[in-house]
Amino acid sequence: MAAPDDSRVPRRPGLLGRQFRRVSGPIKESRGLPRVVLWIGTAITGMWVLVAIFAPWIAPYGYAQYQTAAGERFPKHLPPNMDHLLGTTVQSTDVFSRIIWGARTEVEVVILAVLFSLAIGLPVGLISGFKGGWLDRVLVLIMDALFAFPYLLLAIVIAFLLSDVLASGVLTAAIAISVVYVPQYFRVVRNHTISVREEPFVEAARAMGARPRWIVTKYVFANVVQSVPVVATLNAADSILTLAGLGFLGYGIQPTQGAEWGYDLQRAIADAGAGIWWTGLFPGIAIVSLVTGLTLLGEGLNDVLNPLLRPRRTEPVKFPDKQDDGAETGRTQPEQRGKS
Amino acid sequence: MASQTTSLRAYALSRLVLAVPMILILLSFVFLLMRVAPGDPVAAALGGKVSQEVLERKRAAMGLDEPIYVQFADYISDVFTLDFGMTITDNRPVLEVILNNGAATLELVFFAMVIATTLGILLGLITGRLRDTPIDVTGRLFGIFVYATPVFFLGFLGQLIFGAGLNWLPASGRASPMVQYTLERTTNLLVLDAIIAGNWTALWDVVRHLIMPATTLGLLITGVLLRMVRVNLLQTLQGDYVEAARARGVSEPRVVYKHAFRNALVPVVTMIGLQFALMMSGAILTETTFNWPGLGNQLVRYLNNRDYTGVQGIITFFAVVVVLISVVIDFVNAWIDPRVRY
Repeated sequence: MAAPDDSRVPRRPGLLGRQFRRVSGPIKESRGLPRVVLWIGTAITGMWVLVAIFAPWIAPYGYAQYQTAAGERFPKHLPPNMDHLLGTTVQSTDVFSRIIWGARTEVEVVILAVLFSLAIGLPVGLISGFKGGWLDRVLVLIMDALFAFPYLLLAIVIAFLLSDVLASGVLTAAIAISVVYVPQYFRVVRNHTISVREEPFVEAARAMGARPRWIVTKYVFANVVQSVPVVATLNAADSILTLAGLGFLGYGIQPTQGAEWGYDLQRAIADAGAGIWWTGLFPGIAIVSLVTGLTLLGEGLNDVLNPLLRPRRTEPVKFPDKQDDGAETGRTQPEQRGKS
Repeated sequence: MASQTTSLRAYALSRLVLAVPMILILLSFVFLLMRVAPGDPVAAALGGKVSQEVLERKRAAMGLDEPIYVQFADYISDVFTLDFGMTITDNRPVLEVILNNGAATLELVFFAMVIATTLGILLGLITGRLRDTPIDVTGRLFGIFVYATPVFFLGFLGQLIFGAGLNWLPASGRASPMVQYTLERTTNLLVLDAIIAGNWTALWDVVRHLIMPATTLGLLITGVLLRMVRVNLLQTLQGDYVEAARARGVSEPRVVYKHAFRNALVPVVTMIGLQFALMMSGAILTETTFNWPGLGNQLVRYLNNRDYTGVQGIITFFAVVVVLISVVIDFVNAWIDPRVRY
């Protein structure tokens, strides 16, 4: 049960470097399924990020373009063909182009949403967990109340209220989504802070006269921040779904502001009855693949970074050849892991 | 025995008392949200359609000309007397909307929950038991896929395949028009109504309408439950008492089925309770997809029409329901697992 990481790092690099090593070490060591899951997740997510970055070069048409440069309108509800790889919608827009542009919207919104919710959830969670007392209790109550609320309802109402104030659909959606996820970061960070606060090294720092501010930024933060990558990735996956849900209900990105997969699916529901499959199938696959990619990435990171879940190969106990009747060997199957 | 019941009662009581500030926080939150909204709700809903004078009268009738703290007090007392006001756009009492459309939502959510619990627990136990085998990997992938698929995409596929393609199931609505008008309503839960009326053709029609939406919504929760039950079983299987049972020579199947499963399932009650918030979010999307005349569908309609009273009433209702469900779940949990009542 020797822990292979930590403590034996030869030279001490900067904070970021240390964090990077702490995260990358177990990844390099990971074996088997978690490793596969991690790489598949990284590949899918990476592909969509690339698509988002190079959208203008990949997409043959604009996201709201419904006619050729010569002013000739695209036929509507055209099945997939050479001109329109994935067909056209009821509004004569190109399904393939909208998916490519949509990737850009999703990535933009999710990055903003994760940043916003981290910017609030992380410091508030740290302070709440470290200070404790009535402040902590009040914050926990408020966050629990927010957390208990149906997330989509919260997001819709915020988006609904902001839609008149903010011109940018991306910003509105990102704020609406981040409100949903702040309680989750708060919870994780606060609980982690509380457990770290009781650690001997914090005690020691305090005994040596370190000021609370120093303790929080130097010792507690560095420990707590480790739980962020997993939560952030899984939340990113979830926020894609929330964004699509918002778009589906008409409260995400407006069609004039950008392409959004949830909105496309909403328009496609009416097509289903007529047997028109391409307008809904492809945006749907796009959502599923990006969410799956991010989830696999998060799950893989979790399996790899969380030592409690990391399966360890334990050598089956070999008795000096005394009783060796196959009946009893069933108890030390290789699959059963954990402390022995 | 006596001490046990008293402690349970004390726990239930303290939990109920704790629910009050929770409800108050949520209510203030809803109130705040609806009031920070720019513009005037009455004008937003009816603007341009009626005269200035009517607008003023409407505003006064709703108490919008009062100071904000009076409005807040009115709102809170209205909620506790179940008086949510009249909607601005279609002039119906919000309570009536909640009761009518709520029945549709309840029916949908109930059957979705039945599907989710059965499938989720079963698959979770199987995958957890067979950890790291191909079956486990398949089960986990299924869980991830189901989670990653938005309900409206699942609904779209269902409508495409079972509706338009095979023509097996109706793609939208709660019942065909014929049943809609002829079935006698006693509970507004159509399945129950059809059974009470003894009308089997209506029951078949209603169930056919229910299958797709309930399965769609149910699968969403199935994925979550599967993951939770699986992880839970894995943790239970690492428990000291499982180790102890093995050490005592208890056979492996007995260890798993008698010792681990039971304990792995205790927190499932809490999990199912926690899923209700997710379920309601899913219900809004499912109802919109299948044109199911539930609360979520109605909420979206009010949102689109900028009907603040309607929106506020339905959201308030959701908030209160969420808190009450959490109280009930905690209570059930304390009843099952004595460790909870510290």
